[in-house]
Amino acid sequence: MATGLATKESPDLGMPPPIQIDTGRLGRSVLLSILVAAAALDIFVSLILGRGPVLGLVVGWLLLTTLLTVLSRRVEGSRKAKDRFVTLLVWSSLVVALLPLVSLLFTVISNGAPAFSGQFFTYSMRNVVGSGGGIYHALVGTILVTAAATVISVPIGLMTAIYLVEYGHGKLARWITFLVDVMTGIPSIVAGLFAYALFALLFGEGVRMGLMGSVALSVLMIPIVVRSAEEMLKLVPNELREASYALGVPQSRTIIKIVVPTALAGIVTGITLAIARIIGETAPLLITCGVTDSVNFSLFHERVMTLPVFAFSAYATPSFPVEASQQRAWGAALVLMILVMGLNLVARLISRVFSPKTKS
Amino acid sequence: MPAAPSLTSESRQRVGERVFSGTARGAGIVILAILAGVALFLLVKGLPAFTAQKSQINGGHGITAYIWPLLFGTVLAAVIALAVAVPLALGVALFMAYYVPRRIGGVFAYAIDLLAAVPSVVYGLWGITFFAPHLVPMYAWLDAHLGFIPLFAGPYSSTGRTILTASLVLAVMVLPIITAITREIFLQTPRLHEEAALALGATRWEMIRMAALPYGRSGIVSAAMLGLGRALGETMAVAMVLSASGIVTFNLISSTNPSTIAANIALNFKEATGLQVNTLVASGLALFAVTFVVNFIARAIVERRKDFSGAN
Repeated sequence: MATGLATKESPDLGMPPPIQIDTGRLGRSVLLSILVAAAALDIFVSLILGRGPVLGLVVGWLLLTTLLTVLSRRVEGSRKAKDRFVTLLVWSSLVVALLPLVSLLFTVISNGAPAFSGQFFTYSMRNVVGSGGGIYHALVGTILVTAAATVISVPIGLMTAIYLVEYGHGKLARWITFLVDVMTGIPSIVAGLFAYALFALLFGEGVRMGLMGSVALSVLMIPIVVRSAEEMLKLVPNELREASYALGVPQSRTIIKIVVPTALAGIVTGITLAIARIIGETAPLLITCGVTDSVNFSLFHERVMTLPVFAFSAYATPSFPVEASQQRAWGAALVLMILVMGLNLVARLISRVFSPKTKS
Repeated sequence: MPAAPSLTSESRQRVGERVFSGTARGAGIVILAILAGVALFLLVKGLPAFTAQKSQINGGHGITAYIWPLLFGTVLAAVIALAVAVPLALGVALFMAYYVPRRIGGVFAYAIDLLAAVPSVVYGLWGITFFAPHLVPMYAWLDAHLGFIPLFAGPYSSTGRTILTASLVLAVMVLPIITAITREIFLQTPRLHEEAALALGATRWEMIRMAALPYGRSGIVSAAMLGLGRALGETMAVAMVLSASGIVTFNLISSTNPSTIAANIALNFKEATGLQVNTLVASGLALFAVTFVVNFIARAIVERRKDFSGAN
């Protein structure tokens, strides 16, 4: 295009004139002053006009975007302007995405921390009227139910992963891989209904017990374990297997003695993350384990309280006084968050400390 | 015979082999059985609701009339959540893949992953005490200025516990999974494509539009569908945040809202007896079917993409 225009203007010259590549560029000082102007408008609207921080931010952001885009279009051309606009959008989306996280952490900590006390962790809610009482029964229940779910899920999940990586190359393996992926999307409430329907057929209507909750959680946990273990087993170098076969070691022993130990750190990390994922599940436990105020150490008999269900029911169906009940709910939520974050941290530590060193 | 002992040890070894591989295979089959079991048991337990007389079902108009408003609410909430979450997730994923060094992008990825780890009951508590009340001024504004749009017809809810609030909470909840998958896909974009675009003088956005987005299109679609599956099945946050009355309406900001299947089950299961349980299980079966189809399609897209790109 440019050359076409140029030849019209100067037909005699064989050489095209130089094309202007470098258009103007917005200097750092201009960008800074736009930012300052937007911030000033934000402060003006939210503080001086008193219309609240949200409106201020929105107006400030709009000013920033329009000013930057229009100026950039003038000085730098439309392509650069579009690029700047998208950059701004991308940065804004990050801020918008992180805001809920910050707000959530702040809300849970500030509401939950006052509930913490010695009594909160060592007392159940049995015969507690008014304030006081604690989450001991829910802690016990959560640990028992989650542990049982882990005991069910890990062998099945790990063996399936071994099958998929070491043995399965046929149609069955492909279907299992595919359906495991689909299974990760089963809604948690459906898993709970499944456990309920299964146990209702076995033990009759209206049955509630801890094991039911464990079965429901296993449905959610197994696919996560399979996926992560599969990824880890795939990372084990084939040379290790071949070296073992060359020494005459049969396949099963190779898997048990060579493959799984090599991938162990990764597998344990995956299991820990899976536990972190299911320990906060509420809906399936609500309809399988039920609600109770007492400590129950048995998974096979009667209702078991769990932390997420405790948080839910203390808030949704509060006892008198409501404030005390709500404070317990927030306390339980904070404990749950600490558990989940702790498990995530432990998982990361395991994978960092115990993973085989790749660089020597 | 000297060969005999070695033969027996070998055959014992064979047996051990077979037991081990059989167990591994068996575990895989157990998973298939569980999946089939989920469908089967829900069907068995839900069947009485389908065969019962119409007047016996809650509401008195049969099982379809019972499930339909719930299904409507479920899909509505999930679709709004997706409409908010997908652009946001795309932005965040682009940021982590192209706008900061990969290392720092990884740190942000960790922060976003934390969002995925937060239990839904905590989202529920946050939504009902912090988020919903803070949205009320916005609803008031929408009602006053955009009330002519049926979506914002109002009158606005003074508690903020509307289907729009529930959808926004859902959006926050599905954001991590969509972001994580899209980021993975962007990181897989062939380096040469990106550098070729930049070498031709493309700006960063043009490079993304010409190299990254076309390459990752199917991946983004399937990530969105996986997020949709998550949003359809999410229970507690909706159950706590939404003040539901089980009607069918597109009015997003009023105090009468459609409920969702999952939330309806969670809230009513405790008191349900007899046929009510069957009805709830039947609605759960409908939810299972919908999410199964959504996830199935999403995974199928991913599988097909694998075949094309050769990436694993």
